[in-house]
Amino acid sequence: MKTNMVGAINNALDLAMAENPDVVLLGEDIGKDGGVFRVTDGLQAKYGEGRVMDTPLAESVILGSSIGMAMSGLHPVAEIQFAGFMFMGFGQLINHAARYRSRTRSSRTVPMVVRTPVSGGVRTLEHHSDSPETYYSHIGGLIVVEPATPYDAKGLMIKALHMQDPVVFLEPTKLYRLFKQEIPDEMYEVEIGKANVVSEGSDLSIITYGTMLNIVKDVVEKKKVSADVIDLRTINPLDEKTIIESAKKTGRVIIVHEASLSFGAGAEVAARIAEKAIFELNAPIMRVASASLPYPYPGYENFYIPNALKISKAIDKIMSE
Amino acid sequence: MHKVVFDGSVEYVQVMDENGNIDPALFPKEVTDDTILTMYRWMSLLRALDAKTLSLQRQGRAVTYAPSLGEEATQIGSGMAMREQDFFVPNFRQHGVYLVRGFPLDRLITYWRGYEEGTQMPDGFKGFPYIVPVASQMPHASGIAFAQKYKKKDAAVVAYVGDGGTSEGDFYEAMNFSGVFKSPLVAIIENNQWAISVPRSKQSAAVTLAQKGFAAGVKCVQVDGNDVIAVYKTVRDAIANAGDGPTLIECVTYRMSMHTTADDPTKYRDQAEVELWKKRDPVDRIRKYLTSKGLWNESMESKMQEEQLKQVDDAVELSEQFKPDPKSIFENVYSFMPQTLKDEYDDAVSNNFWQG
Repeated sequence: MKTNMVGAINNALDLAMAENPDVVLLGEDIGKDGGVFRVTDGLQAKYGEGRVMDTPLAESVILGSSIGMAMSGLHPVAEIQFAGFMFMGFGQLINHAARYRSRTRSSRTVPMVVRTPVSGGVRTLEHHSDSPETYYSHIGGLIVVEPATPYDAKGLMIKALHMQDPVVFLEPTKLYRLFKQEIPDEMYEVEIGKANVVSEGSDLSIITYGTMLNIVKDVVEKKKVSADVIDLRTINPLDEKTIIESAKKTGRVIIVHEASLSFGAGAEVAARIAEKAIFELNAPIMRVASASLPYPYPGYENFYIPNALKISKAIDKIMSE
Repeated sequence: MHKVVFDGSVEYVQVMDENGNIDPALFPKEVTDDTILTMYRWMSLLRALDAKTLSLQRQGRAVTYAPSLGEEATQIGSGMAMREQDFFVPNFRQHGVYLVRGFPLDRLITYWRGYEEGTQMPDGFKGFPYIVPVASQMPHASGIAFAQKYKKKDAAVVAYVGDGGTSEGDFYEAMNFSGVFKSPLVAIIENNQWAISVPRSKQSAAVTLAQKGFAAGVKCVQVDGNDVIAVYKTVRDAIANAGDGPTLIECVTYRMSMHTTADDPTKYRDQAEVELWKKRDPVDRIRKYLTSKGLWNESMESKMQEEQLKQVDDAVELSEQFKPDPKSIFENVYSFMPQTLKDEYDDAVSNNFWQG
């Protein structure tokens, strides 16, 4: 089928629900309305109100009751309407979803998926454009994924629903309908914890994910540089092997993400490269990211998010070293 | 136009008064002398465990401990009201519920000695681990209850929260969620009058904590939480009706000891209040009843205390035989071991960091 990311995730949920009667969906406005981005469109009509549930408007209990359901034989998929509202239930994820397996020595496990739209670039109101991936990655126990293509979105969702772990599934709003892709109709998995080498080159490595992937690809094509472009796909656990191999091969690394610079995923990637490959680098590691400040109102977002020019100049700089 | 659109009232239930006198109209028929003797033995065992763990903490053999002294009737009464198939979700103080539901005593002590193996649930155990962040267990309970209904199981979920916990958003969110989905949840407020140093009067302006159920459309009732028979009866009835939706039960009891071993209650509360509640002691009350019926005497008491002391001592000994393995903290984070985590583990082992 040829579909965008919204259709790909919808299809993944549909297949998973058909396969496993314990998969249930819950969230705000996900039933008749199909979610504010229509990701769950048609699923309540197909599977009934008992399996696709509009909940009261309360993020903490959406996440907390999902934890309870997950420990009782269900595999819930909770939708949080926007990543900025997920902080209302942050404690449930950090204090509980991440810890139950460990603190019960695997006698209580939390197989669940939390879906939420992330990142900006689509002129939304405040609190609708956050990129919160590192908050959920800093504590062990949660898996954090962020697809950048319809193919990966479907495969990662199906894989997440075949695992017995809590998965934070971040969906870049800007990519929901940006482009369509031919993807298999049937079920398939994309491995979690495995980065995708989108294109291979010899001069530098650009490590990115989410909204920045397409911009990076465009810049690399236009500049005709020979670059490894790596889409992390999973933020935690990190595919260190792919990252280090590429860094050693090219000797130059730029990390690009939309989340703000300080303490971002780029810092983690850079540190690991510094620890394991620093003597094989030809230039200092560079990071391209949003400024270290809260996401501004939409009128200012173009001054905040890294653009093609910023990435292009970083490439010029690293290639001149 | 003016009219009343909602009118609610909260009933208070007491079956046995402070002196051990029974209200025959409310006394549950199925409660036999044996049932009451069993209740008494559990309450005494809980008191023995409490004293032992407290002394372990004072000797540096246990970590910070939250005593249950004074709250035995609420815990044992509700624990015994549960059926085989029912689940419970505690906060951090319901040691008595674990005992009644058959949790290994040594494992309970292992938790208070600071090891996750203490909250490893035995296979088939119908309960969940202690939860420390106040009221955050209530959403879990609402999800567990939802799942019972979804899977068409005849099981209820009994969840515990303190008086302070009813001020948390998670408490209300869970009650509201369970009300909407009519989940088989029995939520028990173990109102022990004190949230560390903050008294019940400063926790809420509501006359009862039970009435908070009204805002969520949930049935609510207040019980003498030091009357084990009233607690038993009320929880049993709520479980029997759980198919129709949740019930909120406020058990009015008293924390006769500290919040945890990390605070000194004489700093923030009046000893006269403690003396008042000593007269309402849940364990004394039921012993008075049993003695007056000729079912209990001093020699039975001393024999039981000796046996229970040994039972607790044996459990401590068994717990202290447990040898912690640091590998277990790495192995139970995910359903698999990520390579990056494995690297951290291997680094520690190969460099003998844990030998230092």
